[in-house]
Amino acid sequence: MSNALYLRRRVANMVALCMSMLATLIGLTFLAWILWETLHQGIGALNLKLFTKITAYGEDGGLANAMIGSLIINFIGIAIATPIGVMAGTWLAEYANRTKLGESIRFLNDILLSAPSIVLGLFVYTIIVLPSTAITHGSTTFSGLAGGVALALIALPVIVRTTDEMLRLVPSTLREAALSLGVPQWKLTVQILIRAARSGLITGVLLALARISGETAPLLFTAFGNNYTTFNPMDKMSSLPQMIYQYANDPGEAMHSIAWAGAFVITMFVLLLSLASRLVLSRNKVSHD
Amino acid sequence: MQADQGANALAIAQEQRALKDANHDLLFSWLLKACALLVLACLLGAAGATLWGGRHAFGAFGWHFLGSDAWDPGNDIYGALVPVYGTIATSLIALLIAVPVSFGIALYLSEVAPPWLRTPVASAIELLAGIPSIIYGMWGLFVFAPFFADHIKPWLTDHLGNPPPVQVPWGDGVIPFTPWAVEHVSVIGPVAHLLHKLTWAFGQLFTSDSPFGASILTAGIVLAVMIIPFISSVMREVFQTVPTRLKESAYALGSSTWEVSWDIVLPYTRSAVVGGVFLGLGRALGETMAVTFVLGNAMSLSPSLLDPGASIASTIANQFSEAAGLQKSSLMALAFLLFVVTFFVLLIARLMLRRLALKEGR
Repeated sequence: MSNALYLRRRVANMVALCMSMLATLIGLTFLAWILWETLHQGIGALNLKLFTKITAYGEDGGLANAMIGSLIINFIGIAIATPIGVMAGTWLAEYANRTKLGESIRFLNDILLSAPSIVLGLFVYTIIVLPSTAITHGSTTFSGLAGGVALALIALPVIVRTTDEMLRLVPSTLREAALSLGVPQWKLTVQILIRAARSGLITGVLLALARISGETAPLLFTAFGNNYTTFNPMDKMSSLPQMIYQYANDPGEAMHSIAWAGAFVITMFVLLLSLASRLVLSRNKVSHD
Repeated sequence: MQADQGANALAIAQEQRALKDANHDLLFSWLLKACALLVLACLLGAAGATLWGGRHAFGAFGWHFLGSDAWDPGNDIYGALVPVYGTIATSLIALLIAVPVSFGIALYLSEVAPPWLRTPVASAIELLAGIPSIIYGMWGLFVFAPFFADHIKPWLTDHLGNPPPVQVPWGDGVIPFTPWAVEHVSVIGPVAHLLHKLTWAFGQLFTSDSPFGASILTAGIVLAVMIIPFISSVMREVFQTVPTRLKESAYALGSSTWEVSWDIVLPYTRSAVVGGVFLGLGRALGETMAVTFVLGNAMSLSPSLLDPGASIASTIANQFSEAAGLQKSSLMALAFLLFVVTFFVLLIARLMLRRLALKEGR
């Protein structure tokens, strides 16, 4: 009797543990499958034309203008989000750590972190694209700048959160030492705390960059796309993810392989960024020990 | 005398400097606070902008907008039912798949795997979270959807779907019956009739004559792969917060690993696990690119999960650039619905996650 119960419990345990192993295998299989297809199809389609020719040539072209556009839009996004995000994160960690307003903003920031990016794109469409169309009577509509602002909204919560977390890791003895010497708080923040948490902040910016460089949805109706190279942020601008979206939906086989090559470039970029952010963080840990 | 004057001047200078510092401090804190309030402004602005953009649609259709399955740009009549149904159906399928798998992964990584294997496997799973959604979309469109159409879909329609119906008179009308039911028509009583209707409705979920791989189920599966890393990393993190003495007491009483996980770890972390699931749900509801590629973008309601459909995000991504007037306003209204729903889902998620943190006194 007790033997039967024991056996049943052992079998249940074995079954459960095997299922958990199976679940992990399923997860790893999908990871390997997706990465393999991206590498396999992407490397096969990789050539020099991709980096030198623009999308106006279609099948015979490359993605040069989209890459330039992506760089500019991402740069605008990061350039807007970094100062604002670092300052907001500093306020949360240093000025409002235990206040009600600070707690609520920290809480809402976490929500903004996973808010649907397409809605943020529509928000930027409403506050930038529509007014600029109205003011310039339609000569400026979609623009790289609008795309950059949309990406900034997505990068912002990432930077706010990492800044907040990293500053709270700075030992309070550092603050007390500086304050006891009569250093005003703004100087303490700018010259000591930000410096102490520097590598953490860099990690946050790198993570934010990794997050926005694959974003497509908000760019569809902010930066819109452009078949020619442009460096003017007030112009319509194409970006790598948006070109991939367009080419993948194209019926032509040649377009698909260009799209795969673009997908390969983005994936490599994002993976390298997340690797770099890990390296920055681990090097920081070593130097503190 | 001179020394006294110097000291006096020094004191004045010091006071001025203290005043200046205080002023700068005040300005600095205002600047920081303004930046923090910007986060608030983003959320309110996104809700406000979409509500403002959707005002014509809400005005024209009222509450009917939510319940109507019409999407007819020709006659300028729009309803939210098709995309709302698609969003909810794909997200629920994703949760149905992702929750048990994530639980398995978290269990494996926190209790089962040998310690040297834990970190590499955990970072590999987290790598899945870093892959941009457009890559999931391409993989879904070119690799997974054809695979689904060739291997999974035929099996589902053969084994779970309904065979072509036979029309049989029943009572006042004619109902579609499976051939099996026709054979046994003499023994079908009221209970069997109900049972048959239920199995018929279930079979309808897996009956489809569309030859393509793009469907609500495909999108649900791709979404599941996307949210597995989010849910499993939350679960793994909270599983590690369970006090060791609780687990060890249970082991000492002779519990198996599975019993410890199911009866000790899971109840202790329940609220955070639910939070992690809701976090995944929030992601799934708002996901755009991956879904747009594999959903098929059909603006019609179908009982089958194997038929193409549309979600709120995919509808906006597909139609917004070319839309004008009432259609554009309807898309904005859809975005408002999506934003409000995801806001509350994420709100619940964060509140649940916080409950465990509070319990720990963090």
